[in-house]
Amino acid sequence: MAEKKLTIALMDAPYEKASTTTALRIVSAALQKGIHVNVFAYEGAVNLAMKDQAPHANPVKGTTVEQEEHPTTKEFVRSLLEIGKSNPQLTWVNCGLCVDERGAINVVDGVKRGSPADFFKMAGESTNTLVIPTK
Amino acid sequence: MSNYVFIESRDPFDSPDTSFLAETAASLKKRGNDVVVFLVQNGVLAMRKQARKAHLPQLLESGVTVMADDFSLRERGIQFDECRANVRIAPIEQLVDFLVQENTKAIWH
Repeated sequence: MAEKKLTIALMDAPYEKASTTTALRIVSAALQKGIHVNVFAYEGAVNLAMKDQAPHANPVKGTTVEQEEHPTTKEFVRSLLEIGKSNPQLTWVNCGLCVDERGAINVVDGVKRGSPADFFKMAGESTNTLVIPTK
Repeated sequence: MSNYVFIESRDPFDSPDTSFLAETAASLKKRGNDVVVFLVQNGVLAMRKQARKAHLPQLLESGVTVMADDFSLRERGIQFDECRANVRIAPIEQLVDFLVQENTKAIWH
């Protein structure tokens, strides 16, 4: 039986919508099932992997950085790339023009730079493609 | 005949266009396709029996398979006994299984 591959296009910037969490859960579940995954991050989604993100304390609750355990999307992306480093494989491509517009150059290791042409190619090679648009 | 997976993420009370998704899913089912509507995020608010304005009865009557993400339900404190009958509660892994079926079209809303 041919290997399964799922391509997902993301557009939402981090910390704005629950769709990002759902998308990352789908990626994680697919990898756990041995399914290869391509992610094409477009528009604000290129910021998901930005290395400069930092967890913070919560002055309202009076908690420290350690107590708050603030999750960052860059850490989610990094850990998913770690899970999908060989077989199954996770390929994460950031749209280059979107990166340049946002200055989102410094990203976690393993994230590639590409263009919508890469997304077209990924979709053609996949079992299925899911586009998660902004509202 | 094709498989269709609609992923409904929107609250039916906030987004009137959720009825359009329900009508589309029901129409595709009527034409002989296999159709699944998988509720995630605020889409699961339609699961509650008390949610009278939700479109789920229409979907269920049409024979569409309706499932709801267990994580989204837990996040919103919606208990199993609050939910409508005939709607299955499922993990996200179930959605992945639908997505990688051959000849399946996936639509996020």
